[in-house]
Amino acid sequence: MRPSLVRRLLTPLAGRSTSLGDAIFSRLTLVFALSVLGILLTMIVLLNIDAMPAIRKFGVSFVGNSSWNPVTEQFGALPAIFGTLLSTAIALILAIPVSLGAAIFLAELAPGWIRGPASFLIEMLASIPSVIIGLWGLFVLVPFVRSPVEHWLGKLDFIPLFHGPPFGVGFLAAGIILAIMIVPFITAMSRDVIRAVPDSQREAMLALGATRWEVISSAVLPYCRSGLIGAVILGMGRALGETMAVTMVIGNGYGVTASLFAPGNTIASKIANEFNEASGKVFIGSLVELALILFAISLIINVLARLLVWRITRGVRESRE
Amino acid sequence: MEHYSYNRRRWVNRVMLGLCIGSAGLCIMVLVLILGYTLYQGISFVNLSFITQSAKPIGEAGGGMHNEIIGTLILVGLATAISLPVGLMTGIFLSEFGGPRLASAVRFTADVLTGMPSIVVGVFAYIILVRPMHAFSAISAGVALAIIMIPVIARTAEESLRLVPNSLREAALALGISRWRTVMSVVVPGALAGIITGVMLAMARVAGETAPLMFTALGNTFGYQGLGKPIGALPLQIWRYAMSPYKVWHQQAWAAAFLLVLMILTISIVVRWLTSRRRA
Repeated sequence: MRPSLVRRLLTPLAGRSTSLGDAIFSRLTLVFALSVLGILLTMIVLLNIDAMPAIRKFGVSFVGNSSWNPVTEQFGALPAIFGTLLSTAIALILAIPVSLGAAIFLAELAPGWIRGPASFLIEMLASIPSVIIGLWGLFVLVPFVRSPVEHWLGKLDFIPLFHGPPFGVGFLAAGIILAIMIVPFITAMSRDVIRAVPDSQREAMLALGATRWEVISSAVLPYCRSGLIGAVILGMGRALGETMAVTMVIGNGYGVTASLFAPGNTIASKIANEFNEASGKVFIGSLVELALILFAISLIINVLARLLVWRITRGVRESRE
Repeated sequence: MEHYSYNRRRWVNRVMLGLCIGSAGLCIMVLVLILGYTLYQGISFVNLSFITQSAKPIGEAGGGMHNEIIGTLILVGLATAISLPVGLMTGIFLSEFGGPRLASAVRFTADVLTGMPSIVVGVFAYIILVRPMHAFSAISAGVALAIIMIPVIARTAEESLRLVPNSLREAALALGISRWRTVMSVVVPGALAGIITGVMLAMARVAGETAPLMFTALGNTFGYQGLGKPIGALPLQIWRYAMSPYKVWHQQAWAAAFLLVLMILTISIVVRWLTSRRRA
């Protein structure tokens, strides 16, 4: 990689180009393109440097410890990681069926004149800023979750999930808000993936006398399975890193509990709430280490999902050409 | 495969297709609920003084978000000024000059950056700019937003540059025009609508971003005081007012949300119009 990069900077990119302008221009674009790589690398390096005091002090135990005490400088990430995973899991359970259904509707069922406007509306939902969804969540959803939803579910309190006082704010509200935020995202991506399935697959199934649903469930969906998984994973990446809306409705507790009603925190909301007030190298270091953990998780998830989605769409592009 | 009766297969078909239609309906219903409630609340609290006055302490009548509106415009403008050259040049590199390996590495990085949580970008901007400068500042917020915009602009620019037919490039090159002039005066103008669309989408996205501003712009109700000083922004103020215990501030948060939604919806409808006209 290295030597070829250097050679690239020294020789004109556009083959045997003669003009000085070309050489300058192509190298200029190269420098800007490399700056995108540079941003990511700088991010990794600087976050690591800043997290170092916390990494040195707590080591691996940071991930398994659940205390958060700025006075004694004891910090642990367990409740934040737990909260992130729990709220994301709730969001995915709610969002996957809905967004798959909506994507199937948009790609397979909707007549032409509905498809465009419906897609636009669902994409519009994705463009509403997180802080406004949080505002709505705080004043509309949270009271709704408190009074009918948690009240009813509370009758099942022999199940530990539904045990505890109905605060309204908590993991359940955060999960629902996250679901609302990732549904349009997963829907749009799965719609594209489903549409990329070649018609011959559908026709073969129809020729066998299958119903429309059988065509979808046993020809279309299996064909694009890895693309759909990629879309869900990308949605998951969004949910894990979502900050504002979650911070506003999750209630800022810090503990590991079985109850969905309990107020909690996610990695992102913990940073949002405390970074500006943090003082001392270890405190700041702990928050940056949280950011680093979030960074690492979303890096892994994005790489994974992009590979899956890329494989599908590249296959389509090749078959079309 | 199991053998089901025709009737049963037909019913399964109907139920499942019905569920698909229902989930699309649910999505649109949620949109209507959120947008409708925001517009309804916002319209009842937004007025002229909200747009022309600056924030007042609690207990004083009136007050508005003039400074935050200006602040959001400044921040989005600043972020666009930083990210447009970087994003566009990266897009040109990816579509016109990049070798296969380096280009896919850059493309992959851009995609990964797009999925980066914005709060992490905020922490990063704090580390590289706020701490060395010893001040929360408009410029650090602009950089944070630009980092979010760059990959979006780069990828959409690349996509639309690729749509320009090769015959145009060949025609220009055959006339003896150098490659970089071909790119700048033939290819880029040909892809301009797509590039503008991408830039506007990126602007719409960062106009509502809050998380990266919390540790960079910080918020400032006294108006713009320079790039090196804290600056207010609509989303920040919505967050601050929503979390406050005061009813008046909640109302102002709704009014601000109304303005922000209006801003973003206008952009996305214009984008929609631009793209549909291009296709037609």
